[in-house]
Amino acid sequence: MEALTRIAHVSARVAAELTPAELKANSAAQMAGLAYGLAAIGPGIGIGMIFGKAIEAMARQPESAGMVRTTMFLGVAFTEALALIGFVAFILLKFA
Amino acid sequence: MFSTQLAIQVVEKLVPAAGEGRGFSFPPINTILRWKDVVPGINKVVIIAILSALIGTVLFLVASMKDARKAPKGARNLAEIIVEFIEKNIIMETMGKSGMGWTPFLLTMFVFIYLCNLPGIIPFIQMPATARMGIPAFMALLVWVVFNATGIKHQGLFGYFKNVLFPPGVPKALYILVTPIELISTLVVRPFSLAVRLFANMLAGHLLLVIFALLSQSLIQAETMRFFLIPIGVLPFGLLIFLTAFEILVAFLQAYIFTVLTAVYIGGATHPEH
Repeated sequence: MEALTRIAHVSARVAAELTPAELKANSAAQMAGLAYGLAAIGPGIGIGMIFGKAIEAMARQPESAGMVRTTMFLGVAFTEALALIGFVAFILLKFA
Repeated sequence: MFSTQLAIQVVEKLVPAAGEGRGFSFPPINTILRWKDVVPGINKVVIIAILSALIGTVLFLVASMKDARKAPKGARNLAEIIVEFIEKNIIMETMGKSGMGWTPFLLTMFVFIYLCNLPGIIPFIQMPATARMGIPAFMALLVWVVFNATGIKHQGLFGYFKNVLFPPGVPKALYILVTPIELISTLVVRPFSLAVRLFANMLAGHLLLVIFALLSQSLIQAETMRFFLIPIGVLPFGLLIFLTAFEILVAFLQAYIFTVLTAVYIGGATHPEH
């Protein structure tokens, strides 16, 4: 019990020492990590599927590998853009 | 009981006293991305961008002055490899033979973006000029103007916007849904995503390198517990080397993707789907 009160005292001291701007920066930093983490889920799955299917297609028809590769990079570029917009949100929250 | 007291000690140690930071702290973004101006208005990023434009121009000027009848070597060999890559792997794959006239534009774009990306991994320079929004935004705007102008030139003002807004082969009732989506995706999302893709990729790579460089520096040069921290510091240093090699790939891939997407947009505007 005594230990808990001491921890509470420490955290109260931390909160009291922070100015409102610092508190805001703290919560923005936490949310920034969350924002990028959430934004990376979907594109991660999507890019995995694109590469997997492209490898399947290249293994089936090696002579069409060049065309498949170009189209694969196009698909990756479009999918990746979503994660990168999440990254921009991270930058804006953390640094702006 | 012992563990809670240990936890308290750890918390008290980790919580910095007011006005004094302990351990590892990340510098503000401005010290990473903005340098002091060399001349007012000209900083490191501007110098890198100007240099990469100059290097690309000089390379192709030197190559064009060599005798074309002899076997190519040196600058001409390099230039021919790049031109062949653009024609074979980008134009033929996306626009076909009729798009060969776009080689100079796409070549300039590819070489400039690649040379702007590359300083991100060159030691002592280590700043990709495309990690600032200015250059990607301008390039994307240029691409937007070019592909719209091409579409209007080849299909006429009315025909181009008819093909963009009312793509053929869609049931009439669906146009309520399709037309706004197409309008936004073609005229707004295309240039925006083109610019943000290049910018965010290069900035993310740059930040990764900065973080691991700072981490290994602060661990290897630690003042307390050196025997424990220095072996740990070798790990982020190894990852730093690996990430630098990865950034070489990313620098090339982003220049390639930007050029391929430009080619796709121009090709789509030249030959509408029937």
